[in-house]
Amino acid sequence: MTALDDLMRRLLFLPDARSTFAVPVDRLHFFVITVTMIASTITGLLAFIFFFKYRERRPKQSTPVVVPSVKFEFVVIGVPLFFFLLWFVQGFQDYVWYTTPPKNAQDVYVMAKKWMWKFSYGGEGPNAIGTLHVPANRPVRLLMTSRDVIHSFFVPDFRIKQDVLPGRYTETWFEATKPGRYQILCSQYCGTWHSQMWGEIVVMPGPEYDQWMIEQKRGLSERVDTGGDDGPSFHGSIVEYGKKIAMAQGCVKCHSLDGEPHIGPTWLDLYGKRELLESGETVAVDEAYLTDSMIDPRGKIVKGFKPVMPTYKGRLAAPEAAALVEFIKSLRTQNLETVPSKEAIYEPAKPAPRK
Amino acid sequence: MSQPSQLHENKPPVYPEVNYLNADRGVWSWLTTIDHKRIGIMYLISVMLAFLLGGIFAMALRVELLTPGPTIMGANTYNRMFTLHGVVMIFLFMIPAIPGVFGNFLLPLMLGAKDVAFPKLNLLSLYLYWTGATLVLAGMIMGGTDTGWTFYTPYSTTTPTTLFPVLLGIFILGFSSIVTGLNFIVTIHTLRAPGMGFMRMQLFVWAIYATSIIQVLATPVIGLTVLLVGIEKVGGFGLFDATRGGDPVLFEHMFWFYSHPAVYIMVLPAMGVVSDAIATFARKNIFGYKMIAYSSLGIAFVGFFAWGHHLFVSGQSAFNDGAFAVISMLVGVFTAIKVFNWVATLYRGAISIKTPLIYICGFLFFIVFGGMTGIAVATVSLDVHWHDTYFVIAHFHFIMVGAVIMAFLIALHYWFPKMFGRKYHEGWGMVAASLIVLGFNATFIPQFLLGNAGMPRRYYMYPERFQALNVASTAGASLLAFGFLIILIYLIYALVRGEVAGDNPWDSRGFEWMTTSPPPKHNFDQTPIITQDPHSYQEPGEEVEHVVI
Repeated sequence: MTALDDLMRRLLFLPDARSTFAVPVDRLHFFVITVTMIASTITGLLAFIFFFKYRERRPKQSTPVVVPSVKFEFVVIGVPLFFFLLWFVQGFQDYVWYTTPPKNAQDVYVMAKKWMWKFSYGGEGPNAIGTLHVPANRPVRLLMTSRDVIHSFFVPDFRIKQDVLPGRYTETWFEATKPGRYQILCSQYCGTWHSQMWGEIVVMPGPEYDQWMIEQKRGLSERVDTGGDDGPSFHGSIVEYGKKIAMAQGCVKCHSLDGEPHIGPTWLDLYGKRELLESGETVAVDEAYLTDSMIDPRGKIVKGFKPVMPTYKGRLAAPEAAALVEFIKSLRTQNLETVPSKEAIYEPAKPAPRK
Repeated sequence: MSQPSQLHENKPPVYPEVNYLNADRGVWSWLTTIDHKRIGIMYLISVMLAFLLGGIFAMALRVELLTPGPTIMGANTYNRMFTLHGVVMIFLFMIPAIPGVFGNFLLPLMLGAKDVAFPKLNLLSLYLYWTGATLVLAGMIMGGTDTGWTFYTPYSTTTPTTLFPVLLGIFILGFSSIVTGLNFIVTIHTLRAPGMGFMRMQLFVWAIYATSIIQVLATPVIGLTVLLVGIEKVGGFGLFDATRGGDPVLFEHMFWFYSHPAVYIMVLPAMGVVSDAIATFARKNIFGYKMIAYSSLGIAFVGFFAWGHHLFVSGQSAFNDGAFAVISMLVGVFTAIKVFNWVATLYRGAISIKTPLIYICGFLFFIVFGGMTGIAVATVSLDVHWHDTYFVIAHFHFIMVGAVIMAFLIALHYWFPKMFGRKYHEGWGMVAASLIVLGFNATFIPQFLLGNAGMPRRYYMYPERFQALNVASTAGASLLAFGFLIILIYLIYALVRGEVAGDNPWDSRGFEWMTTSPPPKHNFDQTPIITQDPHSYQEPGEEVEHVVI
């Protein structure tokens, strides 16, 4: 059976099947494609044979009136429907299995952006760009989100693919069956270098992977944070992680979380607001503004506040800044959407630190 | 009025002195015409130019893909190129091609009418098409769009390229499509000749009827969708922008709610062409007339509920995936009904092997292979691997090129004498047809394999292991292009120097052949009275064998 499978894979240019999902998918693929090829060839050939068998033998030749019987109609509806539903039942069962990650799966967070893949492990594990290390024969669940546009996480050898969306998490999972290196491709068009948004999955034997993970964690604890793109990883949700950073970095010493006026603008309902600046301009508080203000706090001072915040440039890694933004976004009240109240909530902040 | 074949019997073919082509003279008489035939001819010229343009883009893409790295253009140029290939081919060629050209030209002739119900609206639809096309092309000249023809948000709302004219163009083209569809529906309901019930209409008319329903019901949704993208881009309302609480997947749903039925706007008329042509060249009544007619309506109906199969990997629920998968398969069942009936029509016919038949043979193979690979990608577990790869591209082109362009070529050859009163060179016709069927297979079968191998679509550069199949595909595409070139040459020659065809060179019993070829300005000298079903090849009173299979 496997020899036949391998032969079919070679004929159809399929890559090796290296996940538990790939095997049933390929088997159904062979069934469907074989029937498709037979049916289309028979149709084309039959028409071709009829061209010659029933060619016109004299001008204005009359032809019999041929009409379908009820039996014929049942056959032409029934036979295709039978095959289609058979494929659907098999395919949908496999699919439901594929969309239901096992409970014991190990989680890896995937963040996509133009044009790279970033991976972070739960449990204080390491971060990585472009390369994902996973153990063989153990299920791995990927929780994925995008920082910009829609991407799609595609591993041909595993037969898996899942769109990666901005503003929400999608998940997929796999269980690799053989150690090796497998290519990750982005399959949802995402701009200039869409075709170069590649990554790699390194599948290691279980014990080797465990050893690797221990070394990674040791390396992390000794490492001095250089302010590079790789920050430490986190447990749980990105919002909780952001809260942790806000405490650790001392953000909450100046920014209140409950709408109370303080040294800096409160974070409650901050995201989505339009702020009036000292310069007289207004600015929409979005991801860009929040991130800018961490790096260059004196660039855009909100009217009524003093330029007292130090820069966090080099002190926050990119994922940490993102987590902070997510945390700020999570601080919302019910009446956020009504425009006037937005201002009203914020207004009392003005008198407090005034000259 | 008698049946078609009895007109001008036993006389040498004559070219009608006065016909719709020369009844009025001068460019102005064409630009202000309300004659459906002239509008059809102007559509023909316009869509052929669009096809040429889209074809040039396609060849440029294929040449670029000869090597894994950069070949003849940069990444941004490539991205604009495939966007324009898609936009031009779909919105400027595929959608208006068969309804705009052959629907306009033939529908009133097949119904025995003098014109469509609203001739001025018909001219308006052509001007709307030109306006939309000009805007799309202007967008191209102003720098081009790089979003792909699918315009997925938030990429499309954040791209720095010129999106606005293209979206506005598509918005306006939508109105052209709606107006045409509305006009055809009213024409079919009100202008049938005496004696022609719905069950005596030719199957091409049935196909156009089903198509028009989709055009009228689905097209407003694409108009609405591109409008929302425009509003989003200009006003920043956050409809599709996740950072403002919007949902990018909402766009995908709205886009495919139109764009999936739009596939049937393209393919249903193609099926209608084949139904009529196959009856003529087999000299037989169409087998299973009602089944074919109703299956067109069936496709039009279920086509509206299948869009979600474009979102299998978007994170939509598994339940939705399953529901959309089953509905999509019904489209396959309706198509299978048609295919069985076409092949059965050939059974015990009196077949004359002419150029259109070569295309029909290709068409039958392509639509079964293309259709069943459609079932394959609707099988959810299989789609996960194939989604957004060249497998889908190949499947899509099997239907769009393999079925629709084959049908366009069938129609062009079959009705060329009807439209221009002249014959093309049959030998060259056969050569070009064989080249095209062959070249088509050589182009797109490697693309199925590329998809299996895992090459995603819209890839400017690709891993080296995909190169051999890409080269094969490009070689096939050159063959295909060469075939089209031959057609262009012999058809232009036939227009000027072609042998006079006579009124009914194929001896067809389709109602459009009841009048002269080319037809007079008002189609019929007297209103025809329909006394027989279309494509009845028995002489009145003749006893023929009845066979039930």
